[in-house]
Amino acid sequence: MEPINVLTSKAMPLPLPNIDTDQIIPKQFLKRIERTGYGDFLFYDWRYNLDVPDDVSPNKEFVLNKPEYQGAEILIAEKNFGCGSSREHAAWAIFQYGFRVVIAPTFADIFYSNAGKNGIILVRLSEEDVTALMTHCTEDPNNKVTVNLEAQIVTDEHGFSAHFEIDPFRKYCLLNGLDDIGLTLRHVDALNDFEAKHDNEFWSAPKTAA
Amino acid sequence: MSAPKTLFEKVWQQHLVAEPEGEPAILYVDLQLVHEVTSPQAFDGLRMTGRKLRRPDRHIATVDHNVPTTSAADRLVIADQISAAQVNALRKNCKEFGIEFFDVQDASQGIVHMIGPELGATKPGMTIVCGDSHTSTHGAFGALAFGIGTSEVEHVMATQTLSQPKPKTFRITVDGELPFGVTAKDIILDIIGRIGTDGATGYAIEYAGSAIRALSMEGRMTVCNMSIEAGARAGMIAPDETTFAYLKGRRLSPEGKAWEEAVAHWKTLPTDESAVFDRELFIDAATLAPAVTWGTSPGMHATIDGKVPTLDDAPTEADRKSFAKAYEYMDLKPGTPMEEIKIDTVFLGSCTNGRIEDLRAAAEVIKGHHIATKVRAMVVPGSQHVKKQAEEEGLDVIFKDAGFEWREPGCSMCLGMNPDILQPGERCASTSNRNFEGRQGRGGRTHLVSPEMAAVAAITGHFTDIRKWKKEAR
Repeated sequence: MEPINVLTSKAMPLPLPNIDTDQIIPKQFLKRIERTGYGDFLFYDWRYNLDVPDDVSPNKEFVLNKPEYQGAEILIAEKNFGCGSSREHAAWAIFQYGFRVVIAPTFADIFYSNAGKNGIILVRLSEEDVTALMTHCTEDPNNKVTVNLEAQIVTDEHGFSAHFEIDPFRKYCLLNGLDDIGLTLRHVDALNDFEAKHDNEFWSAPKTAA
Repeated sequence: MSAPKTLFEKVWQQHLVAEPEGEPAILYVDLQLVHEVTSPQAFDGLRMTGRKLRRPDRHIATVDHNVPTTSAADRLVIADQISAAQVNALRKNCKEFGIEFFDVQDASQGIVHMIGPELGATKPGMTIVCGDSHTSTHGAFGALAFGIGTSEVEHVMATQTLSQPKPKTFRITVDGELPFGVTAKDIILDIIGRIGTDGATGYAIEYAGSAIRALSMEGRMTVCNMSIEAGARAGMIAPDETTFAYLKGRRLSPEGKAWEEAVAHWKTLPTDESAVFDRELFIDAATLAPAVTWGTSPGMHATIDGKVPTLDDAPTEADRKSFAKAYEYMDLKPGTPMEEIKIDTVFLGSCTNGRIEDLRAAAEVIKGHHIATKVRAMVVPGSQHVKKQAEEEGLDVIFKDAGFEWREPGCSMCLGMNPDILQPGERCASTSNRNFEGRQGRGGRTHLVSPEMAAVAAITGHFTDIRKWKKEAR
């Protein structure tokens, strides 16, 4: 995982609530067994004109295809972003497209966890702050937004400034690009002790009819 | 004496490996269920880092999302090369890492959330995870069960633990007797409508009350299954005699003295009387009615005697925008009576409603009738066990005589990863769990309902009040 701290970029507004992971990456791309190559399929059904068979031209109305937002590394959406399916492919698609930060009032739990494990900063701001920032980035697509993880602050070129809360452990992992499995294995002695006892609690065993 | 605890808190505490200062807890995982879609990258991760699968005996795998349902032959040689490669990858990975694997035509194959309970692998007080959000299903047994992403799947494979922030607790009590024609599906759709699709984000729900107690294990699984549609981390129901009766004699259930000891342990799990929840909700079962979703989120539903809501019914500005978008996608006008909505397709199946009791309930409605002309209807049993049981009871004949297709088990049209999809504009009465845009096929329009409501819609060709239908049928 790549460490991340301060990011300054244009920000792409996607003013919809409840954007589910089926919209972020539709099912047909979940058949792949690789971990890369999902960026081109992000928001597939919204992003391409699919009504004519074999026509996969970009839907010019969709924000992802608007020239003024090309290169944006920050995505702004409304509440409950990432709800639905647990597919981590959604986080992979967002990251591999080029987003490093998503700003929204709330995120669904599983997506929140998946994003963190892929070095994406999820910033929770109040609905009012999200609306204000979204307005700035809609009126001025070149507005540069800065997300400072260390200081937990989002600012922009039009005077926007808001503090955000983040779990200290998640922040530490993002700042340092830490691998979760390695972190857990620091506790391998506790794990071995627990497991030795727990294995005797036969109600916990899925498969051994004691 | 220790402080009174909830069911969730008991199971949580019994699985705490470590609580490092300032970090999420490390929670032991008793069972990880594995399927073809969310596991290949996790196995690759183990290989890349040279890590071992710590506990193969705490893993069970099957294929469900990708498998065709048309015939045994189509399943053994999958025509879609990408799907075939993913299924083959799981076969190979299970062999390499020593995981018990139920292949396409195995007598125990089925949707991953069906087979855990059927085998007796799912038991009260366990922690169960799977790279699938509907893992909450297993909470019906009083297990703490939740869906995870692929990085976490790999984490469990390597350590048999997860690093988890502790969710808050939320008790939803449904008291009273369910009215005639109202099912477990209608309970959970009503709850999602009340609290919203993010209403339980950050919480583990416990479902309680006399209406929940009165449900069979199948009904309880339907309720817990859709906990994630309200944003919940998990949904749980305290184990009781119904739970024990379901588990007794299953292949992986304890026997003899061990059974007695297990039951004694399970009886300690229900929430202590004076335990306090972070949040509570009370619902009077008598107020519930059969539900039909009209929009593109499971919270957007009406009762069958109701109408598609208008923009003025939207509680917030964000909801107004969602409503407007949903009218367009679903091609529905606000104010349309639900009973006037015509359907093209009926899908009976999924980890929400693909169990034997669901098939029996639908067959009871269908018996002696035929599906409407122009309606395409299919039954996809959730597992090989359900299929076999249904065939022994002659349900397959009832469905086939009525014009339904009788299919092989899998996830099928719930998410359309296999060839079972809706065409653009096609409208479906579905017993599954998600009515998101494009969920059952790009441009497809999904209405979530109970098995009985799907069955009656298949006959009449439009949504129909099962309460009136059943009365007339009597």
